[in-house]
Parts: sequence; structure tokens; C-alpha cells
Amino acid sequence: MSSTTKPQGFSTESGSRRADRIRLLAQPAAVVVLVGAVLVWAFTRNNDAIEAESINAGVLLTKTGEHLLITAVVAAIVTGIAVPLGVLLTRSWARPVAPLFIAIANIGQAAPALGVLVLFFLWTEWEGLWCAALPIAFYSLLPVLRNTITGIESVDPALVDAGRGIGMSSSGVLFRIELPLAVPLVLAGLRTALVLAVGTATLAFFVNGGGLGELVDTGYKLNRVPVLVVGAVLAVGLALIVDWIGAVLEEYLGPKGLA
Amino acid sequence: MADTENVSGVEIQLDNVTKRYPGSREPAVRDVTMTIPAGKIVILVGPSGCGKTTTMRMINRLIEPSSGTITIGGEDALRLNADTLRRKVGYAIQQAGLFPHFTVAQNISVVPGLLGWERGRINDRVDEMMDLVGLDPAQYRDRFPRQLSGGQQQRVGVARALAADPPVLLMDEPFGAVDPITRGNLQDELLRLQTDLRKTIVFVTHDFDEAVKLGDKIAVLGDQSTIQQYDTPEAILANPANDMVAGFVGAGASLKQLTLLRVRDVDYEDIALTAPADESPATLRQRMIEQNRTYALVLDQRRRPLRWVHVRALSTASSLTGAGTPVGDSVSTQSTLHDALEAILAEGGHAVVTGTRGEYVGMIDITTVTDTIKQLREEHEAGSAAS
Repeated sequence: MSSTTKPQGFSTESGSRRADRIRLLAQPAAVVVLVGAVLVWAFTRNNDAIEAESINAGVLLTKTGEHLLITAVVAAIVTGIAVPLGVLLTRSWARPVAPLFIAIANIGQAAPALGVLVLFFLWTEWEGLWCAALPIAFYSLLPVLRNTITGIESVDPALVDAGRGIGMSSSGVLFRIELPLAVPLVLAGLRTALVLAVGTATLAFFVNGGGLGELVDTGYKLNRVPVLVVGAVLAVGLALIVDWIGAVLEEYLGPKGLA
Repeated sequence: MADTENVSGVEIQLDNVTKRYPGSREPAVRDVTMTIPAGKIVILVGPSGCGKTTTMRMINRLIEPSSGTITIGGEDALRLNADTLRRKVGYAIQQAGLFPHFTVAQNISVVPGLLGWERGRINDRVDEMMDLVGLDPAQYRDRFPRQLSGGQQQRVGVARALAADPPVLLMDEPFGAVDPITRGNLQDELLRLQTDLRKTIVFVTHDFDEAVKLGDKIAVLGDQSTIQQYDTPEAILANPANDMVAGFVGAGASLKQLTLLRVRDVDYEDIALTAPADESPATLRQRMIEQNRTYALVLDQRRRPLRWVHVRALSTASSLTGAGTPVGDSVSTQSTLHDALEAILAEGGHAVVTGTRGEYVGMIDITTVTDTIKQLREEHEAGSAAS
């Protein structure tokens, strides 16, 4: 539970640059092939009226758009809350309360996402985007919070000492030394959070939040396998693409000079 | 460059400085009073945990003193804003403490940037500082610290500390993490820099040899940073104030003392019988017999030592250039007595001393060395008895 997501970028087990480059291209290529094949199959078969209701460009684009919107909102909330909170919790005066916040975030992740979602809906009686995004954000908060804290705490204390010693203010040290050096871990946490968010966003339809989960639900309830397959494959493809974007960000947004 | 005649450093005065951490009964630093003279290198040396680093870090207030006063160049350091103070006090630490995500140039620019210098002036200053510490700006400016060797990183660390031309430089075991050869080079570089810059340097180390080599004055610190002895390296080596200092000086104090003395400081004597290389062997033999000598030193036209000849070899020799044996190790008047002793041992009891142009000026032997050491000890004992 206390393990930290390590920055991976595109490094694979072998660690060779060649394997990295192959994955950089292979992951999105595989997604395009998989999703493309399934869409071609779904659009060229003889769909009945109920299937055609779901399997058309307009519906698929809308549902994918809703799904992405939830994910983007979750990412924004998580970054906006977990990173500043993580920074605050590493300040010396806040150290004593840090375990409390970690515990709360742990509860968020340990509780089943669907449970958190439904309880939040029952409590607030909201529905739609925000009713889906807020509990999912709570659920995805932990990796970013924990990685921000670990990232800042793992900065060599000698560098903080050197920064203060040559006359940087404490906020100068935070913004120029500690945060930039914590970026790889923060991004790794964000990538994990995004993948969690894309996955759990399939549950958003329970609170009328839309998303690709709705296709899966429709296909299941009306016993229309093609609709179910299209919804599931799109959700998987989206998760892989988001993971890939996270990897690209880790590769190019991290501080230079560390490798 | 600054006028080399001017001392750019300022005096640092510590008065009854004490650091007491909450929860511990004994203070970490107890009642330290010392004056660090302007433009000098003062070494704080002592065993691990004696509080020497704490004492140094109170000067730039990385640690706030519990009581006492610290003045830097007459200004009360405890009244200044700590960040403002630190921008005027250079700070170099072990393993350089360079920011790994900043290039060499960015690392050096930090303090000038904080002081609000304009871009062009900072760039010029970066090049100037890199030249000063012996790194080619064209080659190293845009490298990251990871791409430099340990010694190069340490040079950048010194350049960063000096970038805003602070009058005072604090160095916390800056050469502790590099190999002995690089450390020796960095120490030489620091001494070379200091002859031009004349900063006030406070240097913390646990290596007494480093202290002897670099220090104008050494403060040997005991527990709680209490000053056991604060004097020149010569005086501490010749006459340790107490058992603790003697233990810290360690074995070989006399040998260490030899590294502090130059041949020009001792009484070497012009006692060899010399002969120009074009003198005929017969006339030299005649002179040697008259003066009752067994060896003569053959010199070239510029009076540089060439060969030793034995009086018996002269009866068969046709010219002085081929007779006898070549002069091996010689020492210059600039050499340390340590090097002289090495040459004396290698040459079998005495060594030729040469002047600045390599010309023969005299001879030094083992008794010269031992007499010098003896004399120094007597002087320092008399000095401390009088005070």
C-alpha cells in the first residue's frame, strides 16, 4: 500500500532504447488496428434497428467525447488538489498531519469505485458529469498525492541546503529545485491516476454521466453483443491511448540532465 | 579582475556564540569566540561531531545561534535578512551540491540572478568564473553536472560560490568526496585563486593535512566546538597546546612541518668546490689536493650543476664533461623542505640547491633539516612560555 509508482517513461524491462522506440510506435499502432478492425466489423455487418441506434458515428463520438471529458475533468481536479496538497504536506510545519491525508486518500482508493460513486450520488443527489467526476477524482487522488510527497522528499537534502545556503528563499528552493526534481514521480503518479480514471469513467453512466460504459450497459441489457463489444473495445483503446500519452509526457516533460 | 593588492575579504567576528538544540542538555556549540581575519583562510578542523560544521553554518545562519553575536565586516549578521546575508556569503559544500537539472552556466548564474543582475552581465560573469576555475566555457557551459567528473563538479561549485564576488566564502569539506590526486589539484587551485582574490575563507575539514596545506590559521576544535588551539599551522605543528591537539596532529608532525618550509628559508651553505666544465682535469685535481677535497661539482657555462667528480677519477679523465657521475635530484630554493629531504635521502646525505634560473647556489644536508626543526620548536616553546 505504501509502494510508490516509479517513473517508467517508455523504458521496458530490458531497458534498451530500441525497445523504447518500438513501444512508442507500437502501443498507439496496436490501438488503431484493434479499434479500427472492430469498428469496420461493427459498421459493415447487418445491424438491426436497435443496434443501429447505438452503432453510428454520432453516438460513438458523443460517448467517447463524454468519456474523455470525464477523464480530463478528473485529471484537472486531481492535479489541482493532489499536487498542491502534496507540496503543503512536505513543508516542515505540516509533516505531523501528512499521515492523516495519506490515510484519507488510501480510503478513497481502497473503497470500490462504484460504491464511492453511488454513495456520492445518494448524498448529493446530483447527477451527470460532476457527480461522476468528483468521486472518480477522489478515487484517483492517491497516486498523485503520494508521488508528489515522495518526489519532493526524495530530493537530496544537500541540494535544498545548497539552495538555501547560496541565498534562495524557501519558495525559490521549492519552485526551482524541489518541484522540478519531483516532476518525474508526479507525472508517473498522474499517469497511474489517469489510467484509473479512464477505467472508472465506464461507471459514470450509473449517475447519468454518460461515457462508453453506457454502450456496454445498453448492449448487455438489450442483449446486443456488437454494441457491448464496441463499447468495451473503445474503452480499452482509450485507456491504452491515455497511458501512452502519460508515457510521452513523462518522457518529454521531466527535468533535463538527470539521465 | 580586482586589484590584486587589495584584500577583498572582510573580517568575521564571533562573540560568545552558542547553539543549543531544544531537548538536548549540552549545547552543540558552546561559547565560541574567535576572530577570522580579513583575506585569510581559516580552517576549522576537528573530529566528527565536534560542531565545526554547526559553527560554520551559523555564520551564514543556515543554523541560527541560540546566543552570542556574529559580525561580518562590522555588520551584525543576525540583524540582516537571512537570504540577503547569504547572497553576500559564498557557500560551497561537499560533492558540490550542484543542481542536477541546471546546466553549468545556470548553476553559476543562480546568485547573480537572485541579485537581479542583467542578462549580459551574468553571461560575462559565467565565462569569467569558468575561466577562473579552469573550465573552458565553450566546452562546458551547457553541460549538466552529471556529465562532469567529480573534480570538475567541485570547480563549478567553487565558481558558483564566487559568482557574485562575495567578500566571504564558507567551504564545508568541499574536497572531501574526490580522489586524493584531484583533491591535491583542487587545493593547489584554491591557493592560486586566493592569491588573486584575497577572500576571507572559512574552511571546514576533518583532514589535518588539508588544514596544514591550506590554512593561514587553523582552529583545532574539541567537543562542543571549543577552541583547543587557534594559531598558524607552523605553531600548531611545532607546539601543540594540549594532548587533544597533539593527538589530532598525529604522528609525523615534523614531516608535516617540512611541507610548510621552503629551502630559501633555511641556512643552506655554499660549501661545494665548484669547477667550470672547461677547466682541465689536471688543474682541478691540483686545486682539490690543495684544499683537501675528495669531490668537486662541475658546472656548465650558466653555472648549472652537471656532475660530481671524485679526485681519483681526475688523473685518468681527459675532460670534465665526461668524468664522474651526473648530479641526480637537486632542489630549488622554492622547494619545500619535504622535497629537499627526499632529495637528500636519494642523493646520500646532501643535495644541490639551485636558484631560480637553475644555477648552483649551495648545498643542503640532513643536519640543516634537523637543526631547522629543532630551532622552530624552541622558538614556539619560548613564544608560548612568554605569552
